[in-house]
Amino acid sequence: MIPAAFDYHRPKDIAGVLALLAEHGDTARVMAGGHSLIPMMKLRMTDVQHLIDLQDVGGLSGIEIGSTSIRIGALVTQAELIDHARLAIAAPILREAALQIADPQVRYMGTIGGNVANGDPGNDMPGLMQCLNASFTLAGPDGERQVAAREFYEAAYVTARSDDEVLTAVTIPMPAGGHAYEKQKRKIGDYATAAAAVQIVNSGGTCSSAAIAMTNLSDTPVFSEAAGAALVGSSVDNAALNAAVAAMLEDIDPTEDNRGPVAFKKHAAGVILRRAIERAWSRA
Amino acid sequence: MKDEISRDDRVANLKGMGCSRKRVEDARFTQGKGNYVDDIKLDGMLFGDFVRSPYAHARVTNIDTSAALKVPGVLAVLTAADLAPLGLHWMPTLAGDKQMVLADGKVLFQGQEVAFVVAVDRYAAADGIDAVVVDYEELPVIVDPFESQQSDVVLREDLVALDGSIPPGAHGPRKHHNHIFTWSAGDKDPTLEVIANAEVVAEASMYYHRTHPCPLETCGCVASMDKVNGKLTLWGTFQAPHAIRTVVSLISGIEEHNIRVISPDIGGGFGNKVGAYSGYVCSVVASIVTGKPVKWIEDRMDNLMTTAFARDYHMTGKIAATPEGRITGLWCHVTADHGAFDACADPSKFPAGFMNICTGSYDIPTAFLEVDGVYTNKAPGGVSYRCSFRVTEAVYFIERMIEVLAIKLNMDAAELRRINFIRKEQFPYKAALGWEYDSGDYHTAWDKALATVDYAGLRAEQAQRVADFKAGKTRKIMGIGLSFFTEIVGAGPVKNCDILGLGMFDSCEIRIHPTGSAIARLGTISQGQGHATTFAQILASEIGLPADSITIEEGDTDTAPYGLGTYGSRSTPVAGAATAMAGRKIRAKAQMIAAWLLEVHDNDVEFDVDRFVVKGSPERFKTMKEIAFAAYNQAIPGLEPGLEAVSYYDPPNMTYPFGAYVCVMDIDVDTGVTEIRRFYALDDCGTRINPMIIEGQVHGGLTEALAVALGQEIAYDKMGNVKTGTLMDFFLPTAWEVPNYETDFTVTPSPHHPIGAKGVGESPHVGGVPCFSNAVQDAFRPFGNIHTNMPHDHWRIWQMANKLGLHG
Repeated sequence: MIPAAFDYHRPKDIAGVLALLAEHGDTARVMAGGHSLIPMMKLRMTDVQHLIDLQDVGGLSGIEIGSTSIRIGALVTQAELIDHARLAIAAPILREAALQIADPQVRYMGTIGGNVANGDPGNDMPGLMQCLNASFTLAGPDGERQVAAREFYEAAYVTARSDDEVLTAVTIPMPAGGHAYEKQKRKIGDYATAAAAVQIVNSGGTCSSAAIAMTNLSDTPVFSEAAGAALVGSSVDNAALNAAVAAMLEDIDPTEDNRGPVAFKKHAAGVILRRAIERAWSRA
Repeated sequence: MKDEISRDDRVANLKGMGCSRKRVEDARFTQGKGNYVDDIKLDGMLFGDFVRSPYAHARVTNIDTSAALKVPGVLAVLTAADLAPLGLHWMPTLAGDKQMVLADGKVLFQGQEVAFVVAVDRYAAADGIDAVVVDYEELPVIVDPFESQQSDVVLREDLVALDGSIPPGAHGPRKHHNHIFTWSAGDKDPTLEVIANAEVVAEASMYYHRTHPCPLETCGCVASMDKVNGKLTLWGTFQAPHAIRTVVSLISGIEEHNIRVISPDIGGGFGNKVGAYSGYVCSVVASIVTGKPVKWIEDRMDNLMTTAFARDYHMTGKIAATPEGRITGLWCHVTADHGAFDACADPSKFPAGFMNICTGSYDIPTAFLEVDGVYTNKAPGGVSYRCSFRVTEAVYFIERMIEVLAIKLNMDAAELRRINFIRKEQFPYKAALGWEYDSGDYHTAWDKALATVDYAGLRAEQAQRVADFKAGKTRKIMGIGLSFFTEIVGAGPVKNCDILGLGMFDSCEIRIHPTGSAIARLGTISQGQGHATTFAQILASEIGLPADSITIEEGDTDTAPYGLGTYGSRSTPVAGAATAMAGRKIRAKAQMIAAWLLEVHDNDVEFDVDRFVVKGSPERFKTMKEIAFAAYNQAIPGLEPGLEAVSYYDPPNMTYPFGAYVCVMDIDVDTGVTEIRRFYALDDCGTRINPMIIEGQVHGGLTEALAVALGQEIAYDKMGNVKTGTLMDFFLPTAWEVPNYETDFTVTPSPHHPIGAKGVGESPHVGGVPCFSNAVQDAFRPFGNIHTNMPHDHWRIWQMANKLGLHG
């Protein structure tokens, strides 16, 4: 649990970050809270020769709640997400999910930017961002670009971000309707055995839109368009729930680990999704 | 002289036995001012760490250290070849086997120590480790002890004679080259006969999985060889510092008076810190070689993967009974997976520990136990994780067999226990497998427990829940876990308990200072148990000086009297007894001093709380404080000056704490998630020294029991890779996972212990594991479950439900 030697950089602005990334290429990594990256370095599973600490970089913090969207700086911590009163009203699913991440000590350090950028399939925020149809702002040598969360994740730890880019912000369209983030885990601090993010709109007793994403049930977060579609137009009755679960099961691809065999994970995923939909619908 | 305060106030001022005195240790622990081994920093101190094997079984064909020696800061790399000339490439284990200090031609488990890199700091050491190149030639891996006993693969070539024959081991003949010992207790043929002729026989095979004590502080040491005066000082996480000193002397050849072993503050032991590890030997050698202090500290993965595990017992049982439920016989066979070396920490004559307490709390007339120890490609260990020598296994076994028998008899498991308990008037009770239980009142404890939880009401609620589940009204089922345990602790009588030939007595030395305060030193060492608090309370009651005026010191072999250390709930039963006995020697001399001061005959004064009074004249007295001063300033005819005493206590018997636990649990059959609604723990540990510390011990032991029952395991894949090497996968419960515990007690003193105390630190673990497991299994009993192995984590509970057809 001792990392190999590395150079530590602490630039003051994004330009400085980008210059370091341009100079050192894939031997450099940016660090926000460090709660994913540092354990990997200590285990010597990641070779980082240049660690770029973002904490002095301006413009990466803050939560801005607009009329149609919410912008969250990459360095906003899980604790800040939880404590933000207006965010809890505008997008309560963020608070509900963040409260289920790790423990308070980790949440004081862990950031939303690090959580979504790292590409760890166990992280909770990526699936949630897919559910909310968020987009990520990537700053690079050619300026900024936006990438949809639903397009961002390619494989475990592989994302649409290039080595010379840094994720600076998350933008979420103002969520509508009811929400739920349901997570089964073995203990505090564990990744999900199965987790489901659901945002659903009730128009006079009929579901008019539904977004569903699952966490830690594949090598990327899984946005299940078909599961959401199975609910739209229904009264979210038992048949619709069954259809949504069946559609979701087609989209996930869990692997066996210490949390259990594939059959159990699929069963748990179904139960967790059903509960998430029911809770979200009750709030819609 | 007029008495200024009441007798009750004088008693209260002592803070003696029975009071919830606050822990004197906590001021430093809660402020981060503890002094643990990794806090020790010495001038020029180096840091050593291991190259470890990635393979579970392989030949080591070459070790190239040249690149490592070029890493900046790396000073030396030790291999078995370097240790061999000193005879230190292997070391003896506590179980009569030997184990490699560094890989000698092969490795036998994943994580095994291959080379020791010594560097200026731990960063350079880690870089050095990366640069050591080891060539391995993989060998077939055996992780299953049943396969091991059939396999042609020889794990321990060193234990096979040149002609291919299998020489006997430390515990008698061996049946196969991968077999370690067969050990038995009880009467085989009569037991088989009882079972063959019984009207009812219940059977079960159960695997008590491999787990790990996982103390918050990992193992480590600092070795400092002073080449000028030839003295070695060794600080370390030692649960038995004196035994370590003797072992170091025996294997290193350094005379014992030139070795000083110091256990500083220890962050939990739970058995993990009893044995001797390669890190200790290599640190000592490295300090001798470099002339500088050398520190070695495990990281969490090292600790989980390589230092002593617990359990790994495959147990098969048969229990015979009459149709009315009276138990007539018990048979048990254990296949014990000891890993690559037999490094179990048990008294020498007990290679399966006190597994022969497995008749439990029941009057079982005939019984037989047989244990086969087996080598596999897993880490060595087999320590008593928060229990006395394999008692956890024994109690789990019998408490499951009782449940299985209750199912067979279609009987209530609480009632089955009640009709088979050893009755109060049967104590001292000689059990079929050899032990003599000192005292007990099981029926009173059981009745109190069942009444407190409204057992009948719980069963009615459970029946309703089963009906609701079957009607589709709920997906949650309800379990009522019962356990009644008898522990065997306080090892132990020198006549049958020793470790490496060292009798398992313990000791206390007391010095009373002239002003009426005192220091007492013991052969034990606290790892969180609160000895500095409780032993002072024992003394306060015995010698009449306030506990706040008594310093308790442990862990430094240069100052403390010889003792066998702290594990197996032995501190109070053995060292606590020594403390009381040493206190009584002080009191005996104090009586003579008091009589002389009061100008009466010795027999005319009597002890009263904090003083000696003239019989019949309570206004004539001398306080212990006055007596202490007199001991140093009066020339008393026939008495030496001073007031000191030492006692080495050889216990006449073990002590037998017991308890009655009930757990009420709800289980979601779809997710396998368990919710503990209620946990009631009644403990009878004899005389209670500090109720607050007892409650804390019970909470801690139950939490470790919850961990083991519900998910804590060291799991291997078929290649011998450890699958649970970090706290992500190894279940260490947090406050979130832990329920509220209700504690209760009865008091049945030990008749042979000077103060009647029996020990409590491990009872809650021993009794808790079967209670949590029984709760899970009881929930599924109405659906056909007979026995399912732990750990009961989510997916395995889901699997239980699935196998019983509860998923439709």
